[in-house]
Amino acid sequence: MEPIVHDSPPTTLPAPPRPRAPGLQSPGARTAALVTALVVLVVCVVASLAIGSRAVPVGTVWAALTGGDVPAADHAAVVGLRLPRTVLGLAVGASLAVAGAVIQAVTRNPLADPGILGVTSGSAFLVAVAVGFLGVTSPTGYVWFAFAGALLATVAVYLVGSAGRGTPGPAQLTLAGVALGAVLSGLVSAIRLTDPERFAAIQAWESGSFQNRGWDVIVPVLPFVVVGLLLALALTGPLNALSLGDDLAHALGSSVGRTRVLAVVVVTLLAGGATAMAGPIVFVGLMVPHVARWVVGPDQRWIVALSMVLGPVLVLVADVAARVVARPGEIPVGVVTAFVGAPVLVALVRRRKVTGL
Amino acid sequence: MAVSLGAAALVLVVLGLGLGDYPLGPLEVVRALGGDQGFASTVVLEWRLPRVLAALAFGAALGVSGALFQSLTRNPLGSPDVIGFATGSFTGVLVFTVLLGGSVLGATGGALVGGLATALVVYLLAYRDGVQGFRLIVVGIAITAMLGSFNTWLLLKVQTEVAMAASMWAAGSLGLVGWSQLWPAALMLALLVPCVLAVARPLRQLELGDDAAAAHGVRVEPARLVILVVGVALTAVVVATTGPIAFVALAAPQIAKRLAGGAGLPLGHTALLGGTLLLAADLVAQHLLPTDLPVGIVTIVLGGVYLLTLLVREARRTV
Repeated sequence: MEPIVHDSPPTTLPAPPRPRAPGLQSPGARTAALVTALVVLVVCVVASLAIGSRAVPVGTVWAALTGGDVPAADHAAVVGLRLPRTVLGLAVGASLAVAGAVIQAVTRNPLADPGILGVTSGSAFLVAVAVGFLGVTSPTGYVWFAFAGALLATVAVYLVGSAGRGTPGPAQLTLAGVALGAVLSGLVSAIRLTDPERFAAIQAWESGSFQNRGWDVIVPVLPFVVVGLLLALALTGPLNALSLGDDLAHALGSSVGRTRVLAVVVVTLLAGGATAMAGPIVFVGLMVPHVARWVVGPDQRWIVALSMVLGPVLVLVADVAARVVARPGEIPVGVVTAFVGAPVLVALVRRRKVTGL
Repeated sequence: MAVSLGAAALVLVVLGLGLGDYPLGPLEVVRALGGDQGFASTVVLEWRLPRVLAALAFGAALGVSGALFQSLTRNPLGSPDVIGFATGSFTGVLVFTVLLGGSVLGATGGALVGGLATALVVYLLAYRDGVQGFRLIVVGIAITAMLGSFNTWLLLKVQTEVAMAASMWAAGSLGLVGWSQLWPAALMLALLVPCVLAVARPLRQLELGDDAAAAHGVRVEPARLVILVVGVALTAVVVATTGPIAFVALAAPQIAKRLAGGAGLPLGHTALLGGTLLLAADLVAQHLLPTDLPVGIVTIVLGGVYLLTLLVREARRTV
């Protein structure tokens, strides 16, 4: 039997050394880019707090946050509804973007996305089990199932991808993720097609929305996300070594196996945490690292740092757009990111060569 | 290998005709097929035979369609699903039912328009100095994800009953296939058989690489387009009748290749295997599961498990 991986040419790239590194080269220019991104992020946060079905002036937003004297309705809108929602956007955006950056670096696959490692389908499956068989109905209840599902799926994909070998190759990981994702999505359909009530509950979660997600969902997951982000920053050095190829990384004294395992831990914490909080949101993990790579070049330290800022920017803009476009109702934020992300992916793959890593 | 596959298919046909609320033994099935057996003949000929034949024919069509796509993209993940046909046809059905107020079952036209339009858009977006297989797959993934989230959103806007009926359709089911649905579909598939035979030769050449194919006198881009059209047409006939049935197109060519050996994807074996697989999956869906679920759910779970075992086995061998 010949390996099926070998007749799938460039699903993964062999990470050729780039003749010309794109993006800004000097540390000063990179710092300037990061600072600019931070300023944009602050603007997005303010917009997210001020814009909605009830527009609140920026001054009133500030007063409401600092405990000033504001009308009760404004206070309820800003502190009660939009503040948790904005924090959620910050956490989800940063998590997905950094998870995407780490996956792309470790699989050396520029088109990799947290969804590809089966994280999302794992979460969806356990949420479906919780809703369908255990009668869990509130987001607080199934947050842990989403998290556990992400963990199990990532570990399963890693084990299948690395069967028989010490470390999994990028192509095996991708294929294993696709296959496991298919099995789990079939099981989710089977669960939800048997009962209308289950169907409605699972459907609502699957659209990926920030609606009705309060502090009760955010606070328990936030510590995992913070740990994941810190771990990702610590992992950027070894990831840089890995991008030179396994042999060279080994020669440089970096343990390839340990880097990969830690990367899986980071991805599980971040992508699992984000999915647990907001449901599946696609394309953020794919797009943001690419934009970051265009701006600051191939150094993982800068890519991860910039992704951490640009991810929330994208998610907050998408969320504000989701509230404004269909006023007074709203579109699930996952739908908005899909409609922004798909054209970006198409544009990426239409370029003469896919950005190497 | 063709003989043993044929025998397996025959056993499954007899099982499929015999099992049910009114069970019949193998001999009774054969006698009932001859007619004049009263109720038994009605059950076998009118109720069970069209579904069994549909499973064989549609499975074969899906398998061949998958083989065409996989040869074309030179990638084992290539299938009509990856260029968004299934998701696009579901979008068509949803637009027809949700926005235009039609019924799910009458949405065949919406399904075809949606599926074909999506396939066309994916092809055009992937076209740049010709179509490269990898680019086709990634553009397909992007468009599929976009339409998928659009579908989810549309489903949220309608009543649960409508959304469930639509999702049942989207899973792909053989439960509603009778003679009146089977005849037109079978006729279309029969018309497509000579087309498949006609593209078989340029397909073999393309498998060897674009340059080799060009050297053998194949005009690469037109040939690719024709293969794509034939592959999409095979899928379209099936989807219009049953809804999108996942994974047969993906798994059948790969299993057939491993059973038959050889370099390319064997179209004949794939057709036979696809039919057998879909029939087996439909029997599982009808008789082994506690509730009657669409066959597409069985194929996606079995196909995914198959792909996982394949990965583990191949990884073990290459140690």
